Amino acid sequence: MELLIDGFLKAFGLLFSMDREVFSITLLSLYVSGLATFISLVLGITFGTLLALTEFRGRNFLVSLINTGMGLPPVVVGLFITIFLWRNGPLGFMHLLYTPTAMIVAQAIIATPIVMGISLAAMQSLPQKLRFQILSLGATRFQMFWLLVREAKLSLLAAVMAGFGGVISEVGASIMVGGNIKGYTRVLTTATVLETSKGNFDIAIALSIILLFLVYLINLVLTLIQQRERPR
Amino acid sequence: MDLLVAEGIKVVRGGKVVVEVEKFVVRSGETVALIGPNGSGKTTLLMTLATLLKPMEGKISFKGELLHGFSQALHYRRQLACVFQEPLLLDTTVFHNIALGLKIRGMPGGEIKNRVENYADLFNITPLLHRRARKLSSGEAQRVSLARAFVLEPEILFLDEPFANLDAPSREVLIDDLACILKKKKVAALFATHDRSEAVRFADRMAVMTGGKILQIGSCEEVLNHPINEQVASFVGMDTTFWGKVVSVKDGSALIAVSQKLIEIIGYFEVGDIVFCGIRPEQVILSQSPLGKDTSIRNNLPATVVEVSPRGSFYKVTLDCGFPLTSYVTTRSLEELSVKVGMSLNASFKATAVHVMKHGRP
Amino acid sequence: MRHWKCLFVVIAILLMGDLGESLGAAGQREVILATTTSTQDSGLLDLLIPLFEKKTGYFVKTIAVGSGQAIAMGRRGEADILLVHSPAAEEHFVKNGFGINRRLVMHNDFVIVGPPEDPAKIKGLKSVAEVFKRIAAEGKLFLSRGDNSGTHVKEKELWKAAGINPEKKRWYQETGLGMGETLNVAAEKKGYTLTDRGTYLALRKNLRLVLLSERDERLMNIYHVIEVNPAKWPKVNALGAKAFADFIVSQEIQEVIRHFGKEKYGEALFYPDAGKKVEELGK
Repeated sequence: MELLIDGFLKAFGLLFSMDREVFSITLLSLYVSGLATFISLVLGITFGTLLALTEFRGRNFLVSLINTGMGLPPVVVGLFITIFLWRNGPLGFMHLLYTPTAMIVAQAIIATPIVMGISLAAMQSLPQKLRFQILSLGATRFQMFWLLVREAKLSLLAAVMAGFGGVISEVGASIMVGGNIKGYTRVLTTATVLETSKGNFDIAIALSIILLFLVYLINLVLTLIQQRERPR
Repeated sequence: MDLLVAEGIKVVRGGKVVVEVEKFVVRSGETVALIGPNGSGKTTLLMTLATLLKPMEGKISFKGELLHGFSQALHYRRQLACVFQEPLLLDTTVFHNIALGLKIRGMPGGEIKNRVENYADLFNITPLLHRRARKLSSGEAQRVSLARAFVLEPEILFLDEPFANLDAPSREVLIDDLACILKKKKVAALFATHDRSEAVRFADRMAVMTGGKILQIGSCEEVLNHPINEQVASFVGMDTTFWGKVVSVKDGSALIAVSQKLIEIIGYFEVGDIVFCGIRPEQVILSQSPLGKDTSIRNNLPATVVEVSPRGSFYKVTLDCGFPLTSYVTTRSLEELSVKVGMSLNASFKATAVHVMKHGRP
Repeated sequence: MRHWKCLFVVIAILLMGDLGESLGAAGQREVILATTTSTQDSGLLDLLIPLFEKKTGYFVKTIAVGSGQAIAMGRRGEADILLVHSPAAEEHFVKNGFGINRRLVMHNDFVIVGPPEDPAKIKGLKSVAEVFKRIAAEGKLFLSRGDNSGTHVKEKELWKAAGINPEKKRWYQETGLGMGETLNVAAEKKGYTLTDRGTYLALRKNLRLVLLSERDERLMNIYHVIEVNPAKWPKVNALGAKAFADFIVSQEIQEVIRHFGKEKYGEALFYPDAGKKVEELGK
């Protein structure tokens, strides 16, 4: 119990003293996961919608792949990306291993199937004829896409929250492709793991609290947006 | 003038041909009703003509110009409007729903406001303008859907069973309103329905469709009273149909033998011809005793009542006079004649009421 | 709609910026140092790396993993320089031509810690072998890291040297955790464990564990720095690796190492040994 209280106190201490390292770790967490979520949002909603609205051979197979992707173990993603980005690996020339960019890529790969899968389901649950109604009003394909996305806003925001939640809390892939390098690729989750394994439980708890707070704040904002649009 | 011309339309779904129509024309200002049972392909044809579905084969021309390619179809789609069975409104206010098509076309806000208000007034939904569309009753929602279509001032309107989901009183009122507005605005319309009476209210011309094909197309009078075959006949409500053999001819009329009864019909035939006929139930008169020689009714048949079923404001009486015969009588007549199952009555109809669909030599 | 386009552009620039930094000449500016978790946890590198970076302008990417993985990275050419403490594996590594210029850097030592009650009564025993034999004989709880880290490898050697096989014995438990966590488990469960002095010193105020045995020469933990052989892996940053190796064995830095920990823990954590022979250590 005292450990938890210690942790809380330490958390506030770190925050208020604007400890530079904690600050940079937090900022990096936001940057990496935020960017990854944004990428997954764009790719996920676009392709999820496209898939929902089109018919073609092998579509069911593709959908099953996406649904599998939703449960893709992040650690597996991390492993494969690491192998690809190794100096002597196929993409070694890009020198991306142990950089924040690699972390963004890994997290985007983890989040995109989640966003895509939920978007697909959201768009498919819109009334079938709605698409035709919108087209009959003279909408271009682009306009139709936007109108349908707006209609499915509630579910799509849930998809974004799911994607973000999945990556801000991710640690396995982030350590593997990022290397947990101090001041460069260390984020809240990887720093927590480090401090825990060192036995610095109070710092670990402090970082966890900061992480939880961050996640809560962001989800609060998204929830407010989502619920504001709800039909009253 | 021919506004919309479709030729050689063939729509395939799941390997099966669901619509096959050789030629279909809608002229400017006219209302064409497309009637047929559920699953006959009406909705598919409608959506294909509105270029919402792509046919496997076929050409569509609008105002003389052939449509090919998506962008050209877009130009066409901005001159039409569709109303479906479900209102399909977006989750926003009624105002924004009606304005949607105008916003899509980039119309300036002030002009949008004017138009929307005008058409909301036309459909009597002005008080609903700032309500959320999802909170409306089905009747109100369908009015919004109609307003949304009319506000675009389209050249041609496509309606797919717009009243099917409404309760009877809402339907009645809305049908009246729509009939009135269509007449006023002089916009061409293609109207799909499975309800004959709706079709009759609105249509200049009627097309009967089953199994993806159009069996007959013509004015309402033509289709209802002169169906070309049994299928159409049964769909347009010509319930009484029978085969007969011509036994004697005289001056443009003939006597045919039907189940050992003799019936007088008009037309030029030869003795021995086989004919297939139909009679509309509205034209079968029931009476206690045969109608006398001082009327123009040529056919009187003793008949037994087999079934009596209510049809809203009238009754459908099925009789057996050697062959099945159907008659529509008002509730009042039913009571006055005390029509009951099993009783014997006289059924009469004019020779001109018998419509010959087919004839030939055996 | 317009502000969405702006957002896209901003994101693209952010991505490009980071990407550009990584591509191209960055390869030559970076040195990938593979080392062990306990080395990193001691905090020594947090002091040395910035000094090195400032002096030379290289950007060091410290990848702290288990000994086994660090050496494996070297074997694959995925690291430029190794700073590890697993002599047997290191010799193997160099013998097979993967490493060059293996140089002695420093040593720290392991100690055996346990609950203050010392149920097996090992305090005062002269050698590690005796300690281990006593723990086995008494069947008292011993926690092992069980993760093939340098510490674990050392522990296994010590059991072997004592002639005991602790595998599958009831009193022998493997945690699979890092050193700090394992110490916590030992404190909770009132068991003995082998730990490097540095980690113990860093955590001892929160742990109910006392130091019970030390200074046996077998308990020495010897660190070498090894450059990955560019002949085997041309893509390694050979210049950067050499620069780091030279740096860490330099007199100046060896002095820094000598004093590291004194302020915080009252005693030094490492003993600088550059230039000495292994046999001379501890004497």
